[in-house]
Amino acid sequence: MQINKNIAISDSGFVFNPSTGDSFSTNQVGLEIIRLLKENKSKEELIKELVLKFSTDESTLEKDLGDFFMMLNSYQILVNND
Amino acid sequence: MTKRKITVAVSGLNNIDSPGPGIPVIRALKESEYFDVRIIGLSYENLEPGLYMRDLVDKSYSIPLPSSGTASLLERLRYIHDVENIDVIIPNFDAELHSFIKLATQLKNDFGIETFLPTQEQFESRHKSVLYEFGEENGVKVPYAKMIFSANEIHSLKNDFTYPLVIKGKYYDASIAATPEQAVNYFHKISAKWGLPIIVQEFVSGNEVNVTAIGDGKGNCIGAVPMRKLYITDKGKAWAGVSLDDENLIEITNRVISNSKWKGGCELEFIKTKEGEYYLLEMNPRFPAWVYLAKGCGQNHPEALVRMALGEEVKPFESYDVGKLFVRFSFDQIVDIKDYEKISTLGEL
Repeated sequence: MQINKNIAISDSGFVFNPSTGDSFSTNQVGLEIIRLLKENKSKEELIKELVLKFSTDESTLEKDLGDFFMMLNSYQILVNND
Repeated sequence: MTKRKITVAVSGLNNIDSPGPGIPVIRALKESEYFDVRIIGLSYENLEPGLYMRDLVDKSYSIPLPSSGTASLLERLRYIHDVENIDVIIPNFDAELHSFIKLATQLKNDFGIETFLPTQEQFESRHKSVLYEFGEENGVKVPYAKMIFSANEIHSLKNDFTYPLVIKGKYYDASIAATPEQAVNYFHKISAKWGLPIIVQEFVSGNEVNVTAIGDGKGNCIGAVPMRKLYITDKGKAWAGVSLDDENLIEITNRVISNSKWKGGCELEFIKTKEGEYYLLEMNPRFPAWVYLAKGCGQNHPEALVRMALGEEVKPFESYDVGKLFVRFSFDQIVDIKDYEKISTLGEL
């Protein structure tokens, strides 16, 4: 799972895809996920870090992450999906 | 650097909801690093907003409609040139380009007025009616298209097309027809407005992306900036857009400009499919109305055109800013009735 390296992300959660011209806003949780993906973290590493940071359990997080990845994929923010 | 003083005549002052490129071209020229430009506006109608934009247009003259023929246009330009001593003319309407291309040599030889226009062959080669062939010659995909002259022909299209398909006017207008009945309806609507033939085009689904570009006529693409529309008016015009980072689009644009040895400004309109394929929908033979975005991104295309028109060597731009937006706005100008009277009665303002 990798973020398209051209994607521009601001600290406020504004995401701009310069290839398509699309822009999105995400909240702090989304921003944290994208930041971790940019650091080339695997899905497992990501879940581990997020569970520590946010008060949620692994199974809920996994389901929510699946939805979020699907959204990132449809907006062409991810380059591949594993 | 001392800026060279020049006088440039520009048409397309209709800065309306479906705007002409004149005012954006003028803005780019007024911000030129090389020239101190006096602008002469050339207008076809007395309420073209650019006529009254005195901070951009120094003096305006009405000119005869293209349907009046080139002789009356030449006569009018002779009069204007006698007063204003024009260095360069930039025509910005598709419909007038044929006349200016025809007059280009005479304007240069008789008056010393420079233009930087495509040749008649180049102009004809990218017409909607022959765009499919243009694509084949220049190695770019174009949706399959066919010209028809009667609504009766629509029912026999089933051998070549599947629905939906696009019904297009020769110069303007396009509608997507989902059924033969809709296609007949659009045929009548569009042909009543723009005449025959009507172009039937394969429908390609995807995102529309456009490029403003300029060629030097020797096979070099001097500049190209791709843009995606972010806000579209009910006439399909961009009211806001953003510059894109799209190497494929730049490569295709370079290929088209290089193969066709395009001379002058142009706009390439593409559909990018979900699979990442690009289909050329149209090639407009002049700058688009959003050309000021190119200036905003670091490529002043109108300035480059004037430099080349004046015989200067211009090196291709190497980069542009990605993620720059243009956002149009409209505002009301307050105009004294005397100004409207002047342009209406004297043809000058």
